[in-house]
Amino acid sequence: MAEIEATTERQKYPALVTEVEVRAAVAAKPRAADSLMARWFPLMVRGATGIFVLLIAGLFMELLLNSLPSIRQFGLSFLWTSEWNPVTERFGALAFIYGTVVSSLIALALAAWVGILGAAFLAEFAPRYIATPLGFVIELLAAVPSVVYGLWGLFSLAPAMQHYIEPALQRYLGFLPIFDGPAYGVGLITAALILAIMIVPTVIAISRDLLQTVPSEQREAMLALGATPWESFRMVVLPYARTGIFGACILALGRALGETIATTMVIGNRPAISMSLFAPSYTLSSVIANEFTEATTKLYLSALIELGLVLFLISVLVNSLARLLMRAVFGAVGRK
Amino acid sequence: MIGAGYGRWRRLRGLIGIFGTALCAGTAATLLLVILGYVARRGATEINIPFLTQVPHPVGVPGGGVANGIVGSLIIVGIAAVFAIPIGVLTGIYLALYGRGKFPHVVRFMSDVLSGIPSIAIGLFAYTVLVQPLGHFSAVSASFAFMVMMLPIIVRATESALDSVPRSVYESAVALGSSPYAAIVRAVLPAARPAIVTGLLLAIARVTGETAPLLFTAFGSQFWVLDPFRPMAELSLQIFTYALSPYESWHQQAWAGALLLIVVVFLLNLIARLALARRAGA
Repeated sequence: MAEIEATTERQKYPALVTEVEVRAAVAAKPRAADSLMARWFPLMVRGATGIFVLLIAGLFMELLLNSLPSIRQFGLSFLWTSEWNPVTERFGALAFIYGTVVSSLIALALAAWVGILGAAFLAEFAPRYIATPLGFVIELLAAVPSVVYGLWGLFSLAPAMQHYIEPALQRYLGFLPIFDGPAYGVGLITAALILAIMIVPTVIAISRDLLQTVPSEQREAMLALGATPWESFRMVVLPYARTGIFGACILALGRALGETIATTMVIGNRPAISMSLFAPSYTLSSVIANEFTEATTKLYLSALIELGLVLFLISVLVNSLARLLMRAVFGAVGRK
Repeated sequence: MIGAGYGRWRRLRGLIGIFGTALCAGTAATLLLVILGYVARRGATEINIPFLTQVPHPVGVPGGGVANGIVGSLIIVGIAAVFAIPIGVLTGIYLALYGRGKFPHVVRFMSDVLSGIPSIAIGLFAYTVLVQPLGHFSAVSASFAFMVMMLPIIVRATESALDSVPRSVYESAVALGSSPYAAIVRAVLPAARPAIVTGLLLAIARVTGETAPLLFTAFGSQFWVLDPFRPMAELSLQIFTYALSPYESWHQQAWAGALLLIVVVFLLNLIARLALARRAGA
């Protein structure tokens, strides 16, 4: 057994023997500064970790402390009233929470299908010479800065939505109240589309990695029993990775919830709750982006920071859930 | 005889399914090409020497460029990297070395969660700790926000890079008489270096295109500013402002800026991956 392990280890690291020898020999050569560094090094790594933890704790504390004036003033009604009036200093976040959650959920509903199936192609069906470059292109999609998505969304996607897609949706599905109303171009559905494009690479990249951790014995057993590759994927591989893929989707949802710049540019920035998906809306992050530098009074500023706190807490919740779900699958194979 | 027993319908359904997955992957890749193509078409004609070397002109005066924004991006990201790299790498080393207890577990989880916190919330954090006390917007407050955003990426990359070095490297070095410190710094760390460098570059690429926290930290500027304690221009912020302005000439500059930004971010990603690929091929 040990021998087998050693062999696979060597296959995994072809240069292992010589490399270990060389590195070990280099490290073993005594140097003057070593005894000093050996004493300080554990302290340095601990100190850095301490700073890191302080920063994360500080992030939460600062948001909380600076929200206090607003929390004291409005209490929990901040979360379920939708009046946002800087002149009378009445602040409620409901319209922004609605815009944030609805745009992100639509985005996820669109991105999850494309993402999971796309990942299946890359991990299961595509030959290597297609999967590698295609995977790279999709990873680049994740690297496009959000301001570029916003720019494209504003000048290319929004006009297309206004003149072609929204009228078409209205003509054929207009009996549904969500596809009714004037076509603005900028609005909830355009923001959701941009968000969907932005989170597809996240779903694909993580789902692909998850599918690749499914042991090949599982597939082989299915094929040996006479299943087609598609059936093996549908009945065994996908269920095996299901929990983790669900986690990947939740993680992508978290990205969408927090996205600021691209949504700000295409969502229309009007704090109203409307049945129509064509109508302009507003998100938590967009209102912070638009109004923060104009906030003149202490309460106004505090209310905006409380929006940030709400966003922070939603993200913590969503991301914790995503990590737990993903760990359930990756856990056995190693952290990811 | 493999496949001989498949019914015609089952085989057809399999083919349709696989074709569907290919379609989805293709759609995602096509979207990138569409967006890239559009930005390239609108931006390429606008990138020229004045665009890269001049500061913005007032509205109505033709010409002008984003040179101050390019330099501002370099300064802001540079300062962020100078602080984030040592803190992040050392924390990653800590997690790889002492990673089994309860506390490291908590640190790891916090790091994972931090990587999902919206950048705008981190911008608010930078505002409350650096802008409010100083009394004005500044480039360093933007660097602070970027540093916080880079940290979880660097920590994660360092830890998994160290984990992927075979344990025998460390053990052999110690067996030959090196101190644990020397074994890590001179044997394990060099072996993990390509993967760590990749992580650092990806972290830099991640914040280079980031705009949201800059709105109320760096704030932007129309002038040459090199003092990191003053409000400073930044390329992605300029693109945002120009895009939302009502002026056609500024829209054109936004496209040119977007193209420039995409090229820089892609190059960073490409170099990051090449650093790793060359290693794997060796």
